[in-house]
Amino acid sequence: MSISVIVPTLLRPLTNGEKRVSTHGNSVAEAIDNLERQFPGIKARLVNAEQVHRFVNIYVNEDDIRFADGLNTPIKAGDSLTVLPAVAGG
Amino acid sequence: MALHIKRRALEQVLAHARRDHPIETCGIVASSLAGQVATRVVPMRNQAASTTFFQFDSREQLQVFRSLEERNEFHQAIYHSHTASEAYPSQDDVEYAGYPEAHHLIVSTWERTKEPVRSFRVLHGKVIEESISILE
Repeated sequence: MSISVIVPTLLRPLTNGEKRVSTHGNSVAEAIDNLERQFPGIKARLVNAEQVHRFVNIYVNEDDIRFADGLNTPIKAGDSLTVLPAVAGG
Repeated sequence: MALHIKRRALEQVLAHARRDHPIETCGIVASSLAGQVATRVVPMRNQAASTTFFQFDSREQLQVFRSLEERNEFHQAIYHSHTASEAYPSQDDVEYAGYPEAHHLIVSTWERTKEPVRSFRVLHGKVIEESISILE
């Protein structure tokens, strides 16, 4: 079993238009590194200076990883990773 | 491409903005998945609670996006207010704009505003104003 990743419209040009892709890893950081191998360029949109990029929210199942262990949040097969662009502005 | 929005929905957005003034308001106007008309207003909490910044609460955001999907709805417009400037995207608005598929509806509650309601697309850092078509 792998980890399913839900990709927002903004990043689908990097995933060949796919909304759902799958990857693997034991933490969010590992999953993102594996995603980067599959879809080069995606990591820079998700991570900045070893932190979740301020322009996106990343959730493991229901939980925003900023309120867990950030990129070190553990994941296991069967979990889902959802990426949503943050909605913010001035 | 114009934003098509129901008059009742637009009135709810304006009322929400006036209620939150001078704090910036924010929310979503959903359409059906098949249709294009922004119809159902989902007011969101401005986690920043600021007169110059807004931010959806990330947990509320995930719940709302999931419920839109379950209801076969789409986030047709994302709205927020400017409480001391015109209804035009700020630099922060452009930097954060992560929904090229949505209309960015901005409401100004500034007393000197010339045009209190405007709608934009923001694509690759570029701001494109669009017309608003109000439907009964």
